[in-house]
Amino acid sequence: MIDIIGLSFGYKEQMVLNDISFEAKPGEITAIIGANGIGKSTLLKNVCGLLEGDGTIKICGKPLREYRPSELSSQVSYLSQDTVSHALLTVFEIVLLGRIERLSQRISDEDIQAVDAVLHRLGIESFAFRYIGELSGGQRQLVFIAQALIRNPQVLVMDEPTSNLDLNYQFQIMELIKKLTVTEGLTTLITLHQLELAARFAEKIIVLDGGRVYGSGTPSEVLTRAMLREVYRMDVEIVNSAGAIHIVPICRHVS
Amino acid sequence: MIKTNTLAKDYQERSRKRLTKLTVGLLICSVGLIADILIGPSWLTIQETFTALFKPEEVETAVRVIVWTFRFPATLMALGVGAALGIAGAVMQTILDNPLASPYTLGISAGAGFGAALAIVFGSMVTTAFGPYLVPTCAFLFAMLTSFVIYLLGKLKGLSPATMVLSGIGLSFLFQALQSLLQYISTPEVLQNIVFWLFGSLTKSNWFTVTLIYIVLLVVIPAIMADSWRLTALKLGDEKARGLGINVERLRVKMFILVSILTSAAVAFVGIIGFIGLVGPHVARMLVGEDQRFFVPLSAVFGAALLSFASIGSKVVSPGAILPIGIVTALIGVPFYFSLILRGKRGWL
Repeated sequence: MIDIIGLSFGYKEQMVLNDISFEAKPGEITAIIGANGIGKSTLLKNVCGLLEGDGTIKICGKPLREYRPSELSSQVSYLSQDTVSHALLTVFEIVLLGRIERLSQRISDEDIQAVDAVLHRLGIESFAFRYIGELSGGQRQLVFIAQALIRNPQVLVMDEPTSNLDLNYQFQIMELIKKLTVTEGLTTLITLHQLELAARFAEKIIVLDGGRVYGSGTPSEVLTRAMLREVYRMDVEIVNSAGAIHIVPICRHVS
Repeated sequence: MIKTNTLAKDYQERSRKRLTKLTVGLLICSVGLIADILIGPSWLTIQETFTALFKPEEVETAVRVIVWTFRFPATLMALGVGAALGIAGAVMQTILDNPLASPYTLGISAGAGFGAALAIVFGSMVTTAFGPYLVPTCAFLFAMLTSFVIYLLGKLKGLSPATMVLSGIGLSFLFQALQSLLQYISTPEVLQNIVFWLFGSLTKSNWFTVTLIYIVLLVVIPAIMADSWRLTALKLGDEKARGLGINVERLRVKMFILVSILTSAAVAFVGIIGFIGLVGPHVARMLVGEDQRFFVPLSAVFGAALLSFASIGSKVVSPGAILPIGIVTALIGVPFYFSLILRGKRGWL
């Protein structure tokens, strides 16, 4: 459970987030959408304690400020947007780093079993000993999801996990996140640019505009022509077909 | 369970291979150690040298002095300084996320060079309690000062690795210019002393300086290895490391202090030796990747082996004399380095 109450944050004098409040529930995906540079990533970093703004953020009922860093990182797994890595580290080593608090110079059988279990769960055991730099974008994303999962978090925070992925991987990753969120009872907070993915997989969507919450609710409540016109400056047609929402751009709205 | 066993087996196999590489590295160091003691300008026979080593009372005083006062400390110094520079380069490359970082490229060696030159030029004018240790002390202090300035400049930009690397390069130019200025105003005799120091030399080693460098290694290595997993996590980038609960700034400062001490101690006693801090870690990276549990020790081992063989080279190239080690290191190191670059399969090795 994440509770955000009156969060404001700025870089130097430039305010990015203004009085943001919403909650994200366990077992649900809460998607944050909005135009580029509107503060989506900044909001996520505040939730993970990587940035500190004014206001209150509660994770599992406890204010963020009362968490010790190691305690917070074991409750909240954060996947940044950037999965490109030039480190000469294998998939095994990167996933193992998820257990960093427990690792000693010698890797225990328990550590190996934990890595093995999570690699199998994500179906990436075949490249356990390949270097991360040799993998495709989608495979790298899976590796960092594995690193997040091995920490057994309560909260999963992901910054655009589907960016730079092909259509197939976009769905594979989102289906996996959905499954994990439901079966593990995770509170998943995610930023997305692909609105149709948000509509399909998220229970709740928060729309950010001008540093404030423009609106929040279920996908069908939030994804409206008016919202897309005001927030994205786009005229669109919204089509409901076979239970899915499709957004068909008509033209750029210039005002 | 069967699959788990497979992964465990694969992991153990990989660990075994890495340990084998470490063992081979140590064996190369041992060969270097023995060959370095056996070879010297005074043409002692192998038997004489071994007798002097294991039964010193059975050889003439001159032989005993050559082996125990000159050769043995210089040999151990080569290994100790090589290991120190190898580790320093490895850790700097990790915390600054830059494969070009090394004590030499970051200007710490240039700082030491200026400190030494300052002591050589003005040392004779002041009465000092340091005696023969004035030059290394000054070199040590200026090397530490250089590190401190790099840290301060980096601190202004939130300890950004790029700022620290660029500051180091800037300081390198500054200290080289100041050192040239000192050379320009010195008398020919003093100039000769400065130039000789700058070339780098193991011949000034004695048991006191050898003991000091090994004490520094004994203190610093465990302190670095205790954070080996955190250092490995840092390779994923600051943000990911923070997400794993690591205090990145504290880790970077701690490691920078440790490698500054290591580098300053190494260059203070033997002068400027470039390359080891660059090549040692590159060899290690090629062999074991960047899991710092293996990367740091292997960088030490290959740094030590490289300096040890450079020391042998310095005595073989011109029989009856010893070439300055700094020159030989580059002469041997550069072709070796080029071959590594050309053979590397993954970008920068």
